[in-house]
Amino acid sequence: MPPVKMKKPLMAAIGLGLSGCGADYSVFHPAGPVAQSELNAVVISTIVVAVIIFLIWGLWLYVLIRFRDTPRNHAPYRPNWRQSRPLEIAIFALPVAALLVLAVPTVKKTYALAHVPSRHPLVVDVTSLDYKWVFQYPRQHIATVNYFYIPIGRPVLFQLTAHSPMTALWAPNLGGMEYAMPNRVLPLWLEATRTGTFLGRNANYNGIDYWCMTFLVHAVSPLRFTRWVKRIQTTKPSLTVADWRQLSRHTVAAPQAYSNYPADTFPEKPTQFTVRGLYYVPTHKP
Amino acid sequence: MKAWAIHLMKLLFPPRVLLPDIIGIDIGLTIAALALLVYLTKTHRWGWLWREWLTTVDHKRIGIMYLIAALIMLFRGGVDALMIRTQLIGPHEHFMGIQQYDEVFTTHGTVMIFFMAMPLVIALFNVAVPLMIGARDVAFPRLNAISFWLFAVGAILLNVSFSIGGSPDAGWTSYAPYSELAFDPGVGENYFLLSLQVAGIGTIATAVNFLVTVLRLRAPGMSLSKMPVFAWSALITSSLILFAFPPLTVAMGLTMLDRLFHASFFTVSHQGMPMMYVNLFWIFGHPEVYILIMPAFGIFSEVVPTFSRKALFGYDAMVVSLLAISFLSYGVWVHHFFEMGAGPTVNVFFGLSTMLIAIPTGVKMFNWIFTMWGGRIRLTVPMLWQLSFIPTFVVGGATGVMLAVVPGDYQYHNTYFLIAHFHNVIVGGTVFGLLSGMYYWWSKMFGWQLNQRQGTWAFAFFFAGFWLTFMPQYFLGFMGMVRRMGTYPAGLGWTAFNFWSTIGSYLMAIGFLIMVYNIVWSRMHPNWDTTGDPWDGRTLEWSLPSPAPIYNFARIPVVHERDAWWEMKLQDRTDEVKISVDSVEPIHLPKNSPMPIILGLAFLVGSIGMVFSWFWLAILGALGIVADLAYGSFADQTEITLDPHYIIETESALGRLQS
Repeated sequence: MPPVKMKKPLMAAIGLGLSGCGADYSVFHPAGPVAQSELNAVVISTIVVAVIIFLIWGLWLYVLIRFRDTPRNHAPYRPNWRQSRPLEIAIFALPVAALLVLAVPTVKKTYALAHVPSRHPLVVDVTSLDYKWVFQYPRQHIATVNYFYIPIGRPVLFQLTAHSPMTALWAPNLGGMEYAMPNRVLPLWLEATRTGTFLGRNANYNGIDYWCMTFLVHAVSPLRFTRWVKRIQTTKPSLTVADWRQLSRHTVAAPQAYSNYPADTFPEKPTQFTVRGLYYVPTHKP
Repeated sequence: MKAWAIHLMKLLFPPRVLLPDIIGIDIGLTIAALALLVYLTKTHRWGWLWREWLTTVDHKRIGIMYLIAALIMLFRGGVDALMIRTQLIGPHEHFMGIQQYDEVFTTHGTVMIFFMAMPLVIALFNVAVPLMIGARDVAFPRLNAISFWLFAVGAILLNVSFSIGGSPDAGWTSYAPYSELAFDPGVGENYFLLSLQVAGIGTIATAVNFLVTVLRLRAPGMSLSKMPVFAWSALITSSLILFAFPPLTVAMGLTMLDRLFHASFFTVSHQGMPMMYVNLFWIFGHPEVYILIMPAFGIFSEVVPTFSRKALFGYDAMVVSLLAISFLSYGVWVHHFFEMGAGPTVNVFFGLSTMLIAIPTGVKMFNWIFTMWGGRIRLTVPMLWQLSFIPTFVVGGATGVMLAVVPGDYQYHNTYFLIAHFHNVIVGGTVFGLLSGMYYWWSKMFGWQLNQRQGTWAFAFFFAGFWLTFMPQYFLGFMGMVRRMGTYPAGLGWTAFNFWSTIGSYLMAIGFLIMVYNIVWSRMHPNWDTTGDPWDGRTLEWSLPSPAPIYNFARIPVVHERDAWWEMKLQDRTDEVKISVDSVEPIHLPKNSPMPIILGLAFLVGSIGMVFSWFWLAILGALGIVADLAYGSFADQTEITLDPHYIIETESALGRLQS
């Protein structure tokens, strides 16, 4: 592996190479440190396994050509060759070495990604409903449906729960996914370092309209973010219990915003799930 | 009409099953079934069918029944796959409705894993393992028949669901709480739960059977270290099944209690724990993928030496790595849900334990290559499947390692990258392996060979189609396409890759059709295998005529080395498998029994009662099960004795008397 100082330019170069693939490859176009770190893991592991793949392909092709059963094949025929300790040690050591190369970044990155690198992240509570995402900003007291804004340069801590079957929140440009499940609140932190609008979607099947359960993330400058919050707070209606009940039905919803929301629509403790008195109401399936 | 009749019709035929295509298939199937009944009656085949097949306890025939069932299920699952791919050929394509798409991907996965791959594995175990280790049957022949009929009931349950009552639609993983009544009403999910539970009992019984068969019924002199690697894989697969299937049965059973009796193990309300289902499912699910791949590894370890005319390289390493994989497979299940908040330490543990599996697997890949090194490679159809397996499976295994890198998995999880990965290992590993084994042992099952040229074409189409189908899907994963999407919008750049993936799946379908043609054509123009050893084989099954007589070995051979039959041929001791007229002993064989199929019927009746919550019918089925088990337990004559004259006559007709 190259020394630490060289690693960043190397990764940047590979990143540039990948961006030649076109903007559709959202995983290859990280917009923040989490996605970047995960992309690095993808790149390192791709390189390591590619070495193994090409080695085995090469060996396979060589053996296939050299030892074919044709009359004019003069390659040595050794029908009883069944053991070679040095060779066996080598073929054992090769995958071990490859895995050691992979194990180190896996451990480092997994631990690094588990901690929000800030004491004051922007907190966004996410509730997955059939088939829509509700985002609540507990500090700003606003709520949105199927889209949300984040300021660039500040880590965002998502707290995910579900009022529906399990779903998974995934915005590939910002980073990998996390499940939203009933009776639990799971954390996920992401951060944008450049502005842009990114598509996210539900990555876990939860019923008929699963395929269109998407959302948009708008990463904007801190100033524009503050203005956006103000605008929502002043111009939008507040989320009522009736609205929440409506959102809880098996429907697809257009993006919406609310200037306030009832406090008990998100659990206070990780194990305390249901909104008091508001159990899930299944409607007739289409 | 009376109210209850209307209610019943609504239950049996809800709108979900009244789609024109389903009605068309129903009518077609009914006509085909009637035609079959008429044919069997006209040709007076009912007695033959009952005596020779339905009540048989002969492992060779049970193997053939498994094989036929598996090929039919491969067709069913394949049609599902074609429907899925056709739906995804372009953006906003509405070949079928989303609800039907959800049902189709659910049955595709369930059928392919439980009713195609599993029975094909068990078919080859039945066909080859007893012959390979020099046994006259499996350890518990009647239990073997029970296993088959329970599997058949499971397959029937899952397959009738789409025309009566409605298909399951929660995916083959059926994650709670989506699979719960609150979100998934109707009987479809009940069918899924019952079918897997019933088939699971059969599979566990098979595991017990083959564990005992391999451990207790080997020919004299065949110590474990002289056993063919396929027999090893049967032994290790069985031990995996024995520990992996019970958690599945528990998960299915608890979900069933939730759905039928309003328990709340995995529900959203009443403090249910849906994640417990996910844990239970994958504690089964991960060993399951090794249950599917180990037999393929075993088959390759037979096919490669045979068609390289060379001993297996690194036998000890092969066996140790099989054992290592089976041991490690119980410690990796969390890698199916790194995103469920287990914390970094747990994720790192399971990521690293998953990577460890790559070590024994890598060792095996090299061992097969070095088995060919210094040999003479013959490009027969079984060998083509195995040769294509190496470059294909290494890609699937490598992407598996990539998925084990936890931060990478945060981006791959549930995407088409994952879909491509597991098809790469399950099709490229298990299916290629099982088809290799099917072509390899075909003559041993039926007595005639499959045409090589047609087999090569079938292989070529399937192989090319496979790469075209699944390689683009890796890229779709990086583009953000997730699994189980019923359709997708334009403008995301997914169209071209999806289009080519669909074309690839059509090529695979053509390959399958050529294979069916290959089987039918070869049956019409049989190339009889008169020697019993068409491939110049190395293990004991090739010392027998094709197909083997009912008693397999007139004389149980004594084994001295690893490739026993190869050594006999080299040392000119082939007479050792022949009998001389004066030394024939009578042979005891298990007697055919109607008990297994009746047990299957009782399970079918009981399961239908459970599916529709008609508990009187379920109780009737349960009583039937108890009565049939009692009948089976008190049957006094369970063996027949073959007269030495009969044996001598049979063997002499086969030209196998010592001169």
